[in-house]
Amino acid sequence: MSLSKIQFGNTGRRNLVHNGAMQVDQRHNNASFTVVNGNDITGYVADRFRFNDTSGAAFTGQTVSDAPVGFEYSSKLTVTTADASLGSTEFHRIIQGIEGKDIGHLNWGSANAKTLTLSFYVKSSVTGQHYVAVFNSAANRTLLKGYTISSANTWEKKTITIIGDTSGTWLTTNGCGIYLMWSLGTGANYQSNTLDAYQASFAMAKSDQVNIAATNGSTFQLTGVQLEVGDTATEFEHRSYGEELLICKRYFEVYSPTATDDGSVGVVRTRTSFNHYQGLVNFHEKRAQPTCTIDYDRMHKPGVVKDTLSALTITISSGETQSCTINAEPANDSTVSTYGFLGKSSGTGRLILSAEL
Amino acid sequence: MNIESAKYLSRVVDYKKNTKENSMIEAVISGTKMFVPLDPDNIHYAEILKQVDAKTLTIKDAE
Repeated sequence: MSLSKIQFGNTGRRNLVHNGAMQVDQRHNNASFTVVNGNDITGYVADRFRFNDTSGAAFTGQTVSDAPVGFEYSSKLTVTTADASLGSTEFHRIIQGIEGKDIGHLNWGSANAKTLTLSFYVKSSVTGQHYVAVFNSAANRTLLKGYTISSANTWEKKTITIIGDTSGTWLTTNGCGIYLMWSLGTGANYQSNTLDAYQASFAMAKSDQVNIAATNGSTFQLTGVQLEVGDTATEFEHRSYGEELLICKRYFEVYSPTATDDGSVGVVRTRTSFNHYQGLVNFHEKRAQPTCTIDYDRMHKPGVVKDTLSALTITISSGETQSCTINAEPANDSTVSTYGFLGKSSGTGRLILSAEL
Repeated sequence: MNIESAKYLSRVVDYKKNTKENSMIEAVISGTKMFVPLDPDNIHYAEILKQVDAKTLTIKDAE
């Protein structure tokens, strides 16, 4: 083993980035989708990698089996409608929020702030000048760094040193400690000429940033993302799928997906005289109380009937981050059952829990 | 994040007095109906509060 591969003072868990090898894709199971900016499902590619687009362009996203040696997957964005002229507040970006609880040891915001090294593999049809940035939760501390994509449609490894910030507030709570961001095109309001030094404002790129959406059909792929303490990029820290999945579930979880005609979440009738059913769902502990999305549309009363639902809501008790209560009312109360299962008449029924940053 | 609508959901806290309190927000966010907890660390709730403060969003009362 070469000396460069032996880690001194930085052993154990090194990668601050979650799902850097794009193994986990709970939202799409590696299927292609049309990006909807701000949507909890279609606003993410692989788990933890959010994609924002506020421009007139349109994109599809997909976790694909195209990766450099040593990796299996990458997150891919493809332009399906071009926007060659970005407005001043328009942008496209990939972003991951790193929880504050995971960065306390970096001592950012103090004289002891540690230097980080970011490494990643990128492949794009658009060559030229690109930018990455780190910024804090208040978006009033930003460090911009440039990198160049030299060859079109070729995997390239980039290594970027990120000095620690000795000023500003970088949360060490369950809020966002550091936002890590790749600009894919940035309007004038978010451009800055300050590189390699922290600025007390928000910026995403310099004015020479290429606009990935300038041409229809352009692509941008990312994988092997690692952010680690020190000024040297070490080999990518591969974690097991199970471990990475559990890490991702602190932020997002698809609970009990069911195929057509199956029953899933169990509910019991609260009172015989009252058409109301409740079920308690326990899930992996979340960073914060999660936003819930549910798309079941009927209740299976075993041996009785499959009823459509007239009401379906979710409540979470104050402070609770591991469970929610589902409240369901079947449209037909003439066939009473003491318990039932929620299901979906067509397609996959899911309870989705999101506590992303 | 495009918050298209928001409405409080309530739960009964005292069945004898039939008193209720707001428990969640039912919102349509970027085209999807979601149930948002009243937790300031939740990014959807934080954004709802931000838009309410900016007077660009009103949360309807619970029914």
